[in-house]
Amino acid sequence: MEKLINDFSYGLFFWMTIILVILVILLAKFAWKPIVEALNAREEGIANALASAEAARKEMQNLQADNQRILQEARAERDAMIKDARDIREKMIADAKAEAQTQGEKMIEQAKAAIESEKNAAMAELKSQVSGFSLDIAEKILKNELSDKASQTSLVERMLDDVKLN
Amino acid sequence: MVISGLKLKTSVVAFFAAVPFLAFANSSQDTVAGHAEPQSAVAHESHEAGHGHEAASPKEKINAHIVHHLQDSHEFIFFSNEETGEHYGFPLPVILVDNGLKVFSSSKFEHGEKVAEVDGNHYKLFHGKIYKTDAAGDLKLDAHGHPTVEKAVDFSITKNVFSLLLTSILIFILFAGLAKTYKNGANNLPKGFGRVLEPLVIYVRDEIARPNIGEAKYKKFMPYLLTVFFLIWILNLIGLTPLGINVTGNIAITLCLALFTFFITQFSANKEYWGHIFWMPGVHPIMKVILAPIEVLGIFTKPFSLMIRLFANITAGHTVVMGLIAIVFLLKDKLTVGGSVGVSMGLTLFIMIIELLVAFLQAFIFTMLSSLFIGMAVQEHHHEDHGHHEEEVNDEIPVI
Repeated sequence: MEKLINDFSYGLFFWMTIILVILVILLAKFAWKPIVEALNAREEGIANALASAEAARKEMQNLQADNQRILQEARAERDAMIKDARDIREKMIADAKAEAQTQGEKMIEQAKAAIESEKNAAMAELKSQVSGFSLDIAEKILKNELSDKASQTSLVERMLDDVKLN
Repeated sequence: MVISGLKLKTSVVAFFAAVPFLAFANSSQDTVAGHAEPQSAVAHESHEAGHGHEAASPKEKINAHIVHHLQDSHEFIFFSNEETGEHYGFPLPVILVDNGLKVFSSSKFEHGEKVAEVDGNHYKLFHGKIYKTDAAGDLKLDAHGHPTVEKAVDFSITKNVFSLLLTSILIFILFAGLAKTYKNGANNLPKGFGRVLEPLVIYVRDEIARPNIGEAKYKKFMPYLLTVFFLIWILNLIGLTPLGINVTGNIAITLCLALFTFFITQFSANKEYWGHIFWMPGVHPIMKVILAPIEVLGIFTKPFSLMIRLFANITAGHTVVMGLIAIVFLLKDKLTVGGSVGVSMGLTLFIMIIELLVAFLQAFIFTMLSSLFIGMAVQEHHHEDHGHHEEEVNDEIPVI
């Protein structure tokens, strides 16, 4: 201990104090301040970059979820539309069928009526023509038959027979 | 780096281990050979008178050599040849305050062998200290071998001051260079050696300052903590090189560092810190009275422990390494030259690797405890949950 105190160098202590003070001041100004600031800035930058990356990732996820949702909606809409179209088509076909049926029936009905009336008309015409022909024939026959007396009598008789028969 | 990591490591360790061994070789070999001290008559006599016995035995010489190494010096000697009395190194400026500044080269002392005469005053170097004396160099030693003449007020640029200056410049160049890399934006990563320094700065910030001082206040103390950490670490490492520098193993250096921590702690302390010292909250009034002096004592024992810890660790390290190297000369006869060199090299290598760790560890502990003390002084206390708080504080008490 005595030796330590005896060996204690005030000069060295003095220089050490001065050098240390100057060194701390100089290093603080020219080294530690820029270094520590740069390190902090870099770390902040890294933290920010990580945070923004995380945010971007989340946004991406949201976007993807949105996309998925929109896609699903679109798909559902498409399905619904297809279904609607199918329904409409079926309905249209059914409607058309029903319409065609009624139309057909109606036409048949009309055709039948027309045929009936045509037939009737034809029959009437036929009747009148037949009666005309008959009269003509009868006239001709009568003219022929009534050219002599005998034949006129026979005819009357024949006709009378016929009437009798009736 | 072109050299692979392993190779570099090996060569560094080998360098640390081998070269001090070489530097030490000359003088001690001569010692074993039993040569007489080739110093001048005056120095020889005073040395003899100081210890009162023959200093010729190898053990004594090795001890003297170790003591001399641990001490500061007014010249920078790399190695000396005791046979011829030649010293290889360079002198450093001596600055004395004695009726004005006296500045002269330490070469005037001629390695302590001569009396330096400056402006009519005579100065003599004795065991690393400069004494005011007469032309004959009489130190008027007392019975214990201590000089009774006046010590000169010495502000010399000694070996330690010189090393300190060089280290400071080195640190400044290293970190100003690192700071420059960030000029083009914080994301401009450092290249070369800056890649080693940057993680260390981050380490000091994240492992030492932040957890001990707290997120809110740590920034203010970063310059001091970083400077002290790197200064101690690099000085410790330089102390392991064969240059024979021992700065952090000097009590004046560690005292200065500890005082800085002490003053920074006291001046940044808040009300609660002083409250905890003089009137400990949450205990019985009698206990408050008992605790106050203990806490007041604690203010001083904390930096004192810082001072002693660093000083003792580095001094012990240097002593052990030098002692292990001395095995070569002490056990040469018993183990043969090859054996003693082998034993010495093996043990020195082992201790050197530990010393590399200690160099970092002591810088870390000093910075760590400094920030812990500062953290205790600036901490915001919450008295509502004092029971919990006490537990927290207990957790923070260092184990080292």
